[in-house]
Amino acid sequence: MNPSNQTEPALFDEGHLLKELRHYLPAQAPLKDFIHHNSLHAFQHQNFFEALKNAGDTFGYKTYLSLAEYRKLFAQKRIHPDLLNRVIEKSEGVENLALWQHFLLHEKFDESREPKTGILRSAWKSGYSLDIESFIQPLLFRIVCSYLDQGIAVWEFPVQEGGFLQTIREMEGNSFTGFFKTPAARNLLFRPDLNMGMLLEKLVGDPSLYEQYVFDQQFSHQGWSGMVAVVEENPHTLLITRKISLRDFILFELLLEFDLLESQMKGKWQPLAKWIREKPRPLFSPCPETRLDRVYALWQQAFEWSFYDQVLAGFQIKRAKKKESGPRSFQAVLCIDDRECSIRRYLEKLDSRCETFGTPGFFGVEFYFQPQGGKFYTKVCPAPISPKYLIKEVGVKKKLEKDIHFSKHSHHFLFGWFISQTIGFWSALRLFFNLFKPSMSPATASSLKHMDRFSRLIIENKNPAHRENDLQIGFTEEEMAIRVENTLRSIGMVKDFAPLVYIIGHGASSVNNPHYAAYDCGACSGRAGSVNARVFSYMANHSVVRRMLSEKGLDIPVETQFVGAIRDTTRDEIVFFDIETLYPENQEVHRKNEKIFLKALDLNAKERSRRFDSINSKLSPSRIHEKILRRSVSLFEPRPELNHATNAICIVGRRELSKGLFLDRRSFLNSYDHSTDPEGKYLLNILNAAAPVCGGINLEYYFSRVDNQKLGAGTKLPHNVMGLFGVANGIDGDLRPGLPAQMIEVHDPVRLLMVVEHFPEVVLQVIQKNPATFEWFRNEWVVLVVVHPETRVCFHYQYPDFHEYEPIQMDIPHVDDVEKLVESHTENFPVFVVD
Amino acid sequence: MEYLLHFFVLVPLAGFIISLLLNEKNEKAISRISAATIGVHLILGSLFVFYWIFSRHPNLNMKELVVYKSYEYEFLIDFYFDKISATYFLVGAALSFMVVVYSRYYLHREEGYKRFFNTILFFYLGYNITIFSGNFETLFIGWEMLGISSFLLIAYYRDRYLPVKNAIKVFSIYRLGDVGLILAMWMSHHLWFENISFDKLNNHVLVHFQLENHTKVGLFISVMVLIAAAAKSAQLPFSSWLPRAMEGPTPSSAIFYGSLSVHIGVFLLLRTYHFWEYQTPVRIAIGVLGIASTLIATGISRVQSSIKSQIAYASIAQIGIIFAEVALGWHLLALFHFAGNAFLRTYQLLVSPSVVSYLIREQFYHYSPHEKSIEFALPGKWQNTLYMLCVKEWNLDGILYTLLWNPIKKIARTFHFLDEGKAVVFFIPAYMAGLATVLYKEEIPLNIRKYLPVLFALMGFIMVLKSFSERRNVFYAWILIVMNNFWISLSITLNSHFPANQMLIYMSGVVVCGGLGLGILLRMKQIEPGLDLARFHGHVYEYPGKAFFFLLACLGLTGFPITPTFIGEDLLFAHIHSDQVVLAALVALCFVVDGLSIIRVFGRVFFGPHVKTYHEVAYKSS
Repeated sequence: MNPSNQTEPALFDEGHLLKELRHYLPAQAPLKDFIHHNSLHAFQHQNFFEALKNAGDTFGYKTYLSLAEYRKLFAQKRIHPDLLNRVIEKSEGVENLALWQHFLLHEKFDESREPKTGILRSAWKSGYSLDIESFIQPLLFRIVCSYLDQGIAVWEFPVQEGGFLQTIREMEGNSFTGFFKTPAARNLLFRPDLNMGMLLEKLVGDPSLYEQYVFDQQFSHQGWSGMVAVVEENPHTLLITRKISLRDFILFELLLEFDLLESQMKGKWQPLAKWIREKPRPLFSPCPETRLDRVYALWQQAFEWSFYDQVLAGFQIKRAKKKESGPRSFQAVLCIDDRECSIRRYLEKLDSRCETFGTPGFFGVEFYFQPQGGKFYTKVCPAPISPKYLIKEVGVKKKLEKDIHFSKHSHHFLFGWFISQTIGFWSALRLFFNLFKPSMSPATASSLKHMDRFSRLIIENKNPAHRENDLQIGFTEEEMAIRVENTLRSIGMVKDFAPLVYIIGHGASSVNNPHYAAYDCGACSGRAGSVNARVFSYMANHSVVRRMLSEKGLDIPVETQFVGAIRDTTRDEIVFFDIETLYPENQEVHRKNEKIFLKALDLNAKERSRRFDSINSKLSPSRIHEKILRRSVSLFEPRPELNHATNAICIVGRRELSKGLFLDRRSFLNSYDHSTDPEGKYLLNILNAAAPVCGGINLEYYFSRVDNQKLGAGTKLPHNVMGLFGVANGIDGDLRPGLPAQMIEVHDPVRLLMVVEHFPEVVLQVIQKNPATFEWFRNEWVVLVVVHPETRVCFHYQYPDFHEYEPIQMDIPHVDDVEKLVESHTENFPVFVVD
Repeated sequence: MEYLLHFFVLVPLAGFIISLLLNEKNEKAISRISAATIGVHLILGSLFVFYWIFSRHPNLNMKELVVYKSYEYEFLIDFYFDKISATYFLVGAALSFMVVVYSRYYLHREEGYKRFFNTILFFYLGYNITIFSGNFETLFIGWEMLGISSFLLIAYYRDRYLPVKNAIKVFSIYRLGDVGLILAMWMSHHLWFENISFDKLNNHVLVHFQLENHTKVGLFISVMVLIAAAAKSAQLPFSSWLPRAMEGPTPSSAIFYGSLSVHIGVFLLLRTYHFWEYQTPVRIAIGVLGIASTLIATGISRVQSSIKSQIAYASIAQIGIIFAEVALGWHLLALFHFAGNAFLRTYQLLVSPSVVSYLIREQFYHYSPHEKSIEFALPGKWQNTLYMLCVKEWNLDGILYTLLWNPIKKIARTFHFLDEGKAVVFFIPAYMAGLATVLYKEEIPLNIRKYLPVLFALMGFIMVLKSFSERRNVFYAWILIVMNNFWISLSITLNSHFPANQMLIYMSGVVVCGGLGLGILLRMKQIEPGLDLARFHGHVYEYPGKAFFFLLACLGLTGFPITPTFIGEDLLFAHIHSDQVVLAALVALCFVVDGLSIIRVFGRVFFGPHVKTYHEVAYKSS
């Protein structure tokens, strides 16, 4: 994979170059399918710190906070001096402590980073005073954007069957004008044997520099190149599919470059390699580790362990266990998502007899969903899975609402003339109302629009021949039983069922937010989890499924019923589905439970509000909740919610481990009971999902935070929507993958601490079973700590083994009134024990 | 009633000044002052409008302030109020108020929160000065303020390449429009022998009588006004700047380029309507230009695949229609259309990020691969041709570049023997000789003397061209700009009797601001030895204070109304006779290129991606 490992190929190999490029380019899908992933996925085969260094050297990314920021954190006591010393001693030796303390705290370093990409190609500017990029990029971007456009343009690109370059050929061949200025370039375009080597020979002239040149070129607009690569790999990520390949795109760009040189230099130019004074260093040539690299790595670890240590210490503290009397009142299964961390705490606080669980929010049922009237299928399960099932929605009475302001007619001059003189004045009123009394509109992206709550779903398959486009419609009884069993066993929910078990998916609402999909459930491929929750409940309530489960030793009492629900994380609202199908006595119980949910949501809104400047967190929970609702539909609010910001931990274990700890909404929580899974069979599945999903979220936040310009999307305020699949600054800019500044500004860039409650020897075996999952732990992109279920002793995994870890911050403060606490300030809290 | 008019300008002025004094950390105070200023302005202004309507809406004119007066020349600030001002005021104040309230939270935690509101208030002040202006001079003050605030808002993200590049691009086109206005003012001095007020222009009899004997002069003024209006309202051939201006935060794009700023060209046409009302060719030209812009912009808008550029071109198309409406004399319709278009585009831009979720959902439920737009009915060849032309924006961006900047670069290159040191060796004796001609004016034969002013202006012009194309030496570029002003004043002194005190007015700003700028540049070069003009340096990151004062120096030197140089420029032109078109054109060109060169020096030194990379630095392509 890594070019540095290879001797330079004697001849230029197009396939090799394309493979390398695809590997390093950003892999972000179009906006509607926004799924978090590790921004530096290309470096994941290396150790975390080594990768950060290499990525920085080659591409000029900033991969850590700045020294000033670390030092400030130290001064604020957010980095614990003892832990800093511990980290230094461990890495540099006890005898060098003082020296390295000096380096970390006082030494002046030059923190500049110059990327290696771009150096070769900049010769055009220094040698010929020709700013190739300024000439070519605007047109190139506009053409490819128009080609991929999903419905902004009124007049579509005249796309032809043969793909991007073929379309360009046909347009050039059949028109009175063209994209090229010189006949030479046009002739090349029509050459049947057109290839990269041929063009590079004209432009560069030295095969040993071809790869570097194209890297320079593609990384001068990595956003667009990355999008092309993603669409090539996965054409169905666009609703209106477009055939394009990275090769076509590069060929076109090389042709434009050739055309520009021909027309601007009027024949007086030569290939680059003929006249550059010296060859630049190869892109992936290794650089020696500097002292600064080590200083960064030490600071980063000290910062991380200052927080990890508190969490691990929290596990050690004996918390007064309230013995609940009587049976369980209800059980709720929520998503593993860090945003569910606080709502579970409130539910348990308000009803001490309830029990909450966490599992990835697709609840183990994977399928495509087709809403009534939908022309396409939507995948609602983790991105790597390719489901074989289709769930259809029927019986919807409501119609899709429209908004004239998005109507393309307003761009036509005659309609526009009419519309601006009529609707124009209506717009002013609309704006006025949205400023002072915001409300839901067709422009709002809402978790409830995913599925109509009063619709019916076709979930059961009675005849396997019932298929559509190679997908089976619904699940057979057996398929249902397998899924229900797997999910319930993986979270350790095998006995003591309450009369009502809530299966609660989540989604988000926002307006004016191109990144809306990032706010929804990642386990449902950036969609709301409502359909999955409803489907799972239906399955678990199915009498035949119940019988099959009890044959396998999983007895669910007849009185127990599952209820699907969707919780909106932005609005703190909940909607329950199919309540009318409950037994009358359960309906009664449900009405009581509903009150608890509503109260918990108010409190949750209050806890969230402490980060919001526009809301006074000292108000009563219900007042705050009203303001939260307004906020979610306000056009002018770039932060409807903070999404996964501040996420730092993922706990895989029983609720007892984390119950009573105030983790400040920073933890993913996956329920798991080691005693029901002594061999770690379910654990493997959990880690296979949790490591890439939670790790991906965490690292995307990490890198978007430390380099918001190069790895993040920058501030969202000037963003312009391109073709409905990406955002750019202004109209001529590169696409901006990554997260906008508004999503990450409060995030502390720390790696994910994965805590697993099991025996170290079992976990050691489990993690090595799947190489893809193992990579995360082995290369430390996720920090793994195992808590011994009996002694609660912690073991930190460092390849190849576990080492005992002894927390030092054992004086975890107590807090008895969380409401008072959240009123106190807006910054991150340390870990507290809640009394 | 007239005396109330100056409150329209004083309220925003006060708000602007207060907003400058606030602490930049204090977001609440900044946004409250801004909202309060415009809110109060809106309420009081609306009351005034009611009162005015009930008083049978007379046209109001008020001589506010005589800034300078000499025997044959008077520079005065004059305000005027009629239904055009009233409409522009109501729409502008309502939209600005809403956008300021909108931005209050939208810009929360954004770096430059204060800068944003300062600039918006500055823009608002300029807007009000423009729409309430009673003569060209006053209008020009507001006009310039709109230009500068545009530059600052487009380059709001001053640490990125594209915003800065586009800000300079838009500024250049505005500057070009300014020449139209300067020349129109110059000629109208000679037509009326005074700074004519718009009030007087409404007097049909007077205008008609005057124009009857000066058809060509009238035509010249009208064409210049049209150029200024077309540039500001993004009509052909200037259209391509509008989408490129959408680089700032969305609300600022919405208010500037969606609504207010871009309709100012229409305002200028409405304001001068009575002047060109009886010049049929002008009316036809305006109408044709408008309709042509409409057709071209509609086509371009239909192929746009990014939401903001689509709205921008759709708006240009509507403004084209408004131009035609104005030309036809349907003013009420034009005003109504302006208001509707401004509201609509502002709202469309503000909700533009929602387009993803909305249209994706719509596609999801309604997409049909067989539904094609009307153009697919065209024969393939025509369809491809038109499509490609529209995607390339009919090469509008490139044409401007080749037509305007290539000649400048070419001319500058022919004078390459004047590089750096040599130029000083050449120009100091040359200037001495020039001074000598002034002193011994009477000794020089008339038929030689006649050509000297043009020659000197040409010298000045070469100076600015050299400055504009200088790539390495920052001081050299700056000194050339200052020297240009010396040559111009020499030229005018020789041209006619230019009293010493007027010369002093003109040169005071040049010398003070030139000196200040030079001082800052010297200091910068000391700290940052690598300073040159070949790239953007982004030094505002480390030296925001120096950047601010350098900006003031730049503004002063460009003749922005913060130094007496501003009046001096007007005086200067008063001394160019109406038959000296070449001289006037040269001097005007000097002003254009001089402005461009100044903003270029400023941009290259202080804006753009920072040369130092110890912090997050954006890609050039973003």
